[in-house]
Amino acid sequence: MKAFNKHTGLVAPLDRANVDTDQIIPKQFLKSIHRTGFGDNLFDAWRYLDEGDIGLTPNERQINHTFVLNQPEYQGASILLARRNFGCGSSREHAVWALLEYGFRCVIAPSFADIFLNNCFKNGLLPIVLKEEIIDDLFAQVASGQRLELSVDLPGQAVTRPSGELVQFAIEANRKRAMVEGWDDIGMTLSHSAAIRAFETSHAKVMPWLFVDR
Amino acid sequence: MAPRTLYDKIWDAHVVGARDDGQTMLYIDQQLLHEVTSPQAFEGLALADRKPWRSGANLATPDHNVPTENRSLGIDGITDLVAREQVQTLDRNCKAHGITQFDILDRRQGIVHVVGPEQGATLPGMTIVCGDSHTSTHGAFAALAQGIGTSDVEHVLATQCLVGPKALNFEVWVEGTLPAGVYAKDLILAVIGRIGTAGATGHTMEFRGPAVTALSMEGRMTLCNMSIEAGARAGLVAVDEVTLNYVHGRPFAPKGEHWNQAQSYWHDLHSDAEASFDRRVALDASVLEPQVTWGTSPEMVVGVGGAVPDPDACEDEQQREGYRRALDYMGLSPNQPVTDIHLDRVFIGSCTNSRIEDLRVAAEIARGGHVASPVKQAMVVPGSGLVKAQAEAEGLHQVFLDAGFQWRDPGCSMCLAMNPDKLQVGEHCAATSNRNFEGRQGHGGRTHLVSPATAAAAALAGHFVDVRQR
Ligand code: SF4
Repeated sequence: MKAFNKHTGLVAPLDRANVDTDQIIPKQFLKSIHRTGFGDNLFDAWRYLDEGDIGLTPNERQINHTFVLNQPEYQGASILLARRNFGCGSSREHAVWALLEYGFRCVIAPSFADIFLNNCFKNGLLPIVLKEEIIDDLFAQVASGQRLELSVDLPGQAVTRPSGELVQFAIEANRKRAMVEGWDDIGMTLSHSAAIRAFETSHAKVMPWLFVDR
Repeated sequence: MAPRTLYDKIWDAHVVGARDDGQTMLYIDQQLLHEVTSPQAFEGLALADRKPWRSGANLATPDHNVPTENRSLGIDGITDLVAREQVQTLDRNCKAHGITQFDILDRRQGIVHVVGPEQGATLPGMTIVCGDSHTSTHGAFAALAQGIGTSDVEHVLATQCLVGPKALNFEVWVEGTLPAGVYAKDLILAVIGRIGTAGATGHTMEFRGPAVTALSMEGRMTLCNMSIEAGARAGLVAVDEVTLNYVHGRPFAPKGEHWNQAQSYWHDLHSDAEASFDRRVALDASVLEPQVTWGTSPEMVVGVGGAVPDPDACEDEQQREGYRRALDYMGLSPNQPVTDIHLDRVFIGSCTNSRIEDLRVAAEIARGGHVASPVKQAMVVPGSGLVKAQAEAEGLHQVFLDAGFQWRDPGCSMCLAMNPDKLQVGEHCAATSNRNFEGRQGHGGRTHLVSPATAAAAALAGHFVDVRQR
């Protein structure tokens, strides 16, 4: 996993609640058997006017200039400001891969859907939950035409606003540690192989019917 | 021991221990695999030179990409070469690792969430994962079934464990009896309408009460299937006679002495009387009417006798904006009666409603009628090859064909339109699937989620009608 420590970046606002993973990366791109190649198709149906498919490059597409990520002032944004229940719907991890590949390192929202949140932690995309009032305030600040840059400090669990004001955020301690360290998730579990094997042996005594060869 | 919920019990029975970083490892009894979310997981394994921990704990079938016509052509029937490669990749990975797969030509192939229960591969008390959010379906069997991303698919393949925090407990208590013409699908849509698509975020949702125990396994699967649309991490229903009768005798179900042992273990798979839930919501089934979604989120739902809401009447500003955007996308006007919504296509299928019981209900309504002429296409897509065979043995396919419906081969089909079955821009579709997101059934397509009965009745009428008044 990509480690996350501190990050300062430009904020792009996506002012819609319940943004689902079908919108983040539409299904036609899920046919790929690779982990990369999704960045150009992030929010595809909103970013382009025509219907996209695997293999089409942005140059061949009709750009939707009204969509926020296509506006000049948000080029290079690396922090996505979003509304409640971001990432609901499908479990597709491609949504997180697309956000990362586009250049986002962090998504700030009042709440996230569970599977999406989990997928973020597995990939080093930092999901930050802030109170609705603060989010409203950040949206208002962006809407007023200000270029908003935020500094995110994961170990310190704080977001610094341009005014210098610090906003603390909560995050599950174990997940934070894993992300700051950028640990190899599978490797860490496998270091407990003996415990897993021991569990399996006793589990097979309790539920032997689960260990019959098919 | 303190009273526990069903979720607590299954969780406790699978905790391996804590990792060095403090996170809990939960043992996974079974992983279901399909072509879309597994290739990168197998690739990851290969890159790290790792092997599956226990190949026998996996079961695979292709479902998202497979065409629903000309199945006898097998892999050659997939004209989209990128999709074909994905299905072939699943074949290759399963062969390489000795994982049981029902491939595209196998008569047991189907939507992974239909196939697992049908084979008896889904059993009470199990922990189940799949790289698909609708894994929650299997909770109908009192199995803890969670949808996961591809990194976790790889993680479970490699370690047989899922790592992460425990969820909270949410009780949905359903009193009363569902009226005739109102089904499990209407019930779960009403729950989502009530609590919203984020209503159960961070929770496992257990469905309880007389209206739930009265449901068949098919109905319970429909409930649990869409618990994810309420934001829940998993859905659950306790074990009872209905569960045992369904499981008994299925190919992978325990046999002989194992059956007796399993039965006595499963007996305890219910929440204790005094168990405490972090949240509760109660509904009365007897006052429900058939539900129809009008917007682009499953929570945007009303009774069939109702009307599309007026955004101006919303107090919450974000909701007002969301409603406006949805009406604009859906091409509907405020206060338009639901029965005035006209349909271009009808889709009966998906892991929510493609089981034999669903097809029986739809066929009963279609019998003797005919799809209305403005409806360009009404398709019935059985959830698996075995559901298809059963329906054909009962003559349901003939009922559908006589009424002008198309009778297709099993797969996800127009639920997410990854295969050739798609809506065109602006078309309205009555669908028995689970998501009405923008573009879900095809670029610019407009989805209305309904029960199989309402979908069939709408196909005959050309617009929504109240099935209770037929
Ligand atoms: S039928 Fe639809 S919701 Fe179910 S697994 Fe297939 S694509 Fe997903």
